[in-house]
Amino acid sequence: MSGIPHDHYKPKSGGAKWLESRLPVLSLIYDTLVIPTPKNLNWMWIWGIVLTFTLVLQIITGVVLVMHYTPQVDLAFASVEHIMRDVNAGHMIRYVHANGASLFFVAVYFHIFRGLYYGSYKAPREVTWIIGMLIYLLMMATGFLGYVLPWGQMSFHGTAVITGLFGAIPFVGEAIQTWLLGASAVGQPALNRFFSLHYLLPFLIAGLVVVHIWAFHSTGNNNPTGVEVRRGSKEEAEKDTLPFWPYFVIKDLFALAVILVVFAAIVGFMPNYLGHPDNYLEANPLATPSHIVPEWYFLPFYAILRAFTADVWAVQFANWISFGIIDAKFFGVLAMFGAIIVIALAPWLDTSTVRSGRYRPMFKWWFALLAIDFIVLMWAGAMPAEPPYSIIALTGATYWFAYFLVILPLLGVIERPTARPATIEDDFNAHYGKSTEKSAE
Amino acid sequence: MFRKLTLTAAVALGLSATAALAAGDAHVEDFDFSFEGPFGSYDQMQLQRGLQIYTEVCAACHGLKYVAIRTLADEGGPALPEDQVRAYAARIEVADADTGDFRPAIPADKFPTSALAEAPDLSLMAKARAGFHGPYGTGLSQLFNGMGGAEYIASLMAGYEEAPECAPADFPGSYNTAFANGGFPEECKDEDGHHTVPGSWIAMPQPLYGDDVVFADGHDADLHHEAQDIAAFLMWAAEPKLDARKEAGFLGVLFLVLLSVLLHQTNKRLWAPHKAAAKKSA
Repeated sequence: MSGIPHDHYKPKSGGAKWLESRLPVLSLIYDTLVIPTPKNLNWMWIWGIVLTFTLVLQIITGVVLVMHYTPQVDLAFASVEHIMRDVNAGHMIRYVHANGASLFFVAVYFHIFRGLYYGSYKAPREVTWIIGMLIYLLMMATGFLGYVLPWGQMSFHGTAVITGLFGAIPFVGEAIQTWLLGASAVGQPALNRFFSLHYLLPFLIAGLVVVHIWAFHSTGNNNPTGVEVRRGSKEEAEKDTLPFWPYFVIKDLFALAVILVVFAAIVGFMPNYLGHPDNYLEANPLATPSHIVPEWYFLPFYAILRAFTADVWAVQFANWISFGIIDAKFFGVLAMFGAIIVIALAPWLDTSTVRSGRYRPMFKWWFALLAIDFIVLMWAGAMPAEPPYSIIALTGATYWFAYFLVILPLLGVIERPTARPATIEDDFNAHYGKSTEKSAE
Repeated sequence: MFRKLTLTAAVALGLSATAALAAGDAHVEDFDFSFEGPFGSYDQMQLQRGLQIYTEVCAACHGLKYVAIRTLADEGGPALPEDQVRAYAARIEVADADTGDFRPAIPADKFPTSALAEAPDLSLMAKARAGFHGPYGTGLSQLFNGMGGAEYIASLMAGYEEAPECAPADFPGSYNTAFANGGFPEECKDEDGHHTVPGSWIAMPQPLYGDDVVFADGHDADLHHEAQDIAAFLMWAAEPKLDARKEAGFLGVLFLVLLSVLLHQTNKRLWAPHKAAAKKSA
């Protein structure tokens, strides 16, 4: 891999030479493991390992669950109960898998907001960012599909609501909804294909994760200063970096272990806390739950979806300008997907030449507000769509778009960034040194 | 009615617990159960008493179709001796899966389904209901008190009361202070549509009055005790592996804390020379 200069693998034994000349897999593993990594990475850089671990955990537990699960509308719910009651350790495997989805999204949200704060999306890491957003979209799809499989009340009626979003698309919506469900309503065809896709998508995610890692190994990691590693020579680069193994592997594993303490406590002591009681009732098309609420990790975007009602002027304007094609429902769908697309476009919306938020005095506050906004939207998404919650959701949704479409482009022009360290080495030394003086370079 | 949120959101919002919000407030009492908390486990005798109440009262209408009779012998459950489980099974008539004929059940059979079409199956009821909500959708109440499924059931059993005076005499159902989603007479709402009395009217007639059963262990059979015993039994029916799960959770936490300490020390030692060099050069 290109990028930061470092030692490369040289096969020593005969067997290694033989394999290396035929398939350079040993050097690939070596180069990946010893990749020079900025030594000033802070604790927000641990989420990648947590995410990788969780993906593997979900795939392993998922494969085992499939061995006992029946994707048939009359048997699915009972087969999950069979797992919970009769399969050896089945209750633990299922609870780990169900809560593993939450761990996955906690980690990915920290990971994304880390990138947003430290400007990890900026050149030359746009491709890493875009692939990351694709992974996130696939995660959301996988999470939703998986929630359908137990065939509880929330599974069933949630599916009706989410596929109904596609039904809001003008002209072709109904056809798309029918195509997605394989029928005019949620039933056996939907369960079968959702099961198939829930098994497929994680492997696509795994493939994209490899590309994600490949991409940032090509550009090198970002770091809290946003200052690039010096690449003039190997000696120079080594002043700014340490090899991934063992320094960052051990550090990340320590963080992972601490996070797993919390995870084990949730799985062991409160495994249904993040779930919804209604999903312990078997799906019944004739009885709709009084409040249909998605899982917590969809709530911010669910709030944005519901925020744009017919009485909002932007919706009325869109309706008028499109000759009535864009109604409130379709506007909400566009807003929800738009809220994710603007994150993906951050590399081009942010005009600041300074990467790290650490040196951007105004950005810092707007970013903090965005993080708070995200949590407020998450909360509003769980509340009934009525005042005052609808007003809070609309305000939150407006700020979300304002941050990406107005504030990020403007800040780059009006903000005066503070002084950055000349090198990563300076930053590292300043952090661990007694004096905080920057050594002049 | 209100939603749980994430741990992070709950902590971040940190809203204080005050009054609950909307109309249709139902009163759920926070009963003490032996299986609460990280170290709580089922009380075997209580589960046996609950089984007796289920058998003599609930089973007349309700089923328990996901629960295998053999699990009555399980550790971490009622833990009845094998011969008692066989004798218990033999008293139940089930339709044979192969022949369709009725025969006495064997331990490998499941409990029958509900005898009354409108009586829901109780296998998962303790997990399908949440006794605690909010406040303000933060999920803090459920974080500290648990989901409250068993508390809800016990409150429901003990929540039947004389209908309030505002209700018309012929209003269908029975008044219950713990039941939120039933019928509610217009006469008992104020001008803003808010409920003036807690709970609502439930279709199920009052099942327990106190002293409905005689416990072999001589335990009190007043309504309050019966309500808790049946709630505990239904919690076990819904979550039969609770004891094993908490044990696994405890071992997992213990192991991971130990691993964290070891990795912390390793990490510290690994980085020490580089941090020391940084200190020197700064």
